[in-house]
Amino acid sequence: MRNILTDKIIETVKEMCIEANHFLAPDMKEALERAAVSERSPLGKRILSQLEENLSIAGKEMIPICQDTGMAVFFIEVGQDVHIEGGALSDAVNEGVRRGYTEGYLRKSVVSDPLIRENTKDNTPAVIHYDIVPGDRLKITIAPKGFGSENMSRIFMLKPADGEEGVKNAVLGAVKDAGPNACPPMVVGVGIGGTFEKCALLAKKALTRPVNERSGIPYVRDMEEELLERINKTGIGPGGLGGSTTALAVNIETYPTHIAGLPVAVNICCHVNRHVVREI
Amino acid sequence: MEKHLSAPFQKEEILSLRAGDPVFITGTVYTARDAAHKRMHEALLSGRSLPFDPEGQVIYYMGPSPAREGRPIGSAGPTTASRMDRYTPELLKLGLGGMIGKGKRSLEVKQAIRENGAVYLAAIGGAGALLSKAVLSSEVIAYDDLGTEAIRKLQVKDLPAVVVIDTEGNDLYETAIGEYASE
Repeated sequence: MRNILTDKIIETVKEMCIEANHFLAPDMKEALERAAVSERSPLGKRILSQLEENLSIAGKEMIPICQDTGMAVFFIEVGQDVHIEGGALSDAVNEGVRRGYTEGYLRKSVVSDPLIRENTKDNTPAVIHYDIVPGDRLKITIAPKGFGSENMSRIFMLKPADGEEGVKNAVLGAVKDAGPNACPPMVVGVGIGGTFEKCALLAKKALTRPVNERSGIPYVRDMEEELLERINKTGIGPGGLGGSTTALAVNIETYPTHIAGLPVAVNICCHVNRHVVREI
Repeated sequence: MEKHLSAPFQKEEILSLRAGDPVFITGTVYTARDAAHKRMHEALLSGRSLPFDPEGQVIYYMGPSPAREGRPIGSAGPTTASRMDRYTPELLKLGLGGMIGKGKRSLEVKQAIRENGAVYLAAIGGAGALLSKAVLSSEVIAYDDLGTEAIRKLQVKDLPAVVVIDTEGNDLYETAIGEYASE
């Protein structure tokens, strides 16, 4: 057993909240730079270069990249030989979020009840997904999620007969419906298989994979590449104002599923696709 | 054509704007998003006055992140406008001059824009740090308890935006996409 103190977790989570909202991962920066070169629309080109300038201001002056600093989503891998000391793990994560969003001047965007809608004023609670894994480490991934793009995400319970074409049409349909609302250029996370909730989780997790990393499964990789090309032919473009850069990547994750089903989830993220990983 | 606009907007100026025009806005704009719109709607229903007279004014659909010490505002980019669609026509009837946001509008809103001579503009979604540089000052004038969703009176200088829906009913989101679409 390895002991990990909750104080250490709180501090780490706090730092991750602040880092994720001010600095994009290098893969996202590179993708935006490449897009600014390849974009065909003059207005689109201007928007992409303004997004690069936005990133530079955010990091230099510590102003959040986007005012929607998101609902704090976590994927946490807990080694089965880890012992958490000092309190409950989820409480520690939420305390880290509370401190990060308060001390880091991040926006508090969470309401305590979906219908009564009172702001919790500290951006808690977070949405936390746990995985129990071998080992004695704690691997924390934060992916703060803005709701402009979250609102445009979709789930489709397709039939097995719909096959690969059905999946592609579902993804393209979701992207076209999202259009300018999801702050393109987007990153498109797709989950295929599992159950209703599993495919949604896969789609969300797909967004945390670097945009320059393709799936290890050959047919999935082909589908990622084909969909990206087709999405960029929709003409939606940067800001939805027309152009050849509508998405920066399509990341697909798959899972075994039932003989009767073909669940597909499309979780759309804007160009502020934030994710930070730390291991304790 | 690139234009410099002063806010509040003058009617003649609004009528001269065309979808696709890049503009820079200087003057006063008011922030309001979901919760503030709901409250304004309730105020109108019960015959109370609004926190500001909408005549010619510009609403920026925006909820900022908190300002660091010595700064007027935090990150300050637009939010998705369609969530305000339900409340927008009644504000346009009261003379609202313009709206700055991002994303598509409903048919009802487009019609009300045409009928009342207003304009819908898009600022770059997700460029909140850059856009915050155009904000000179910010003052909460209503619904302080809503936090980021309170109504703020902003003084802005050269806030960059693009005309999306004009008084002729043109919608840049529909026309611009067609130019680059091949799927």
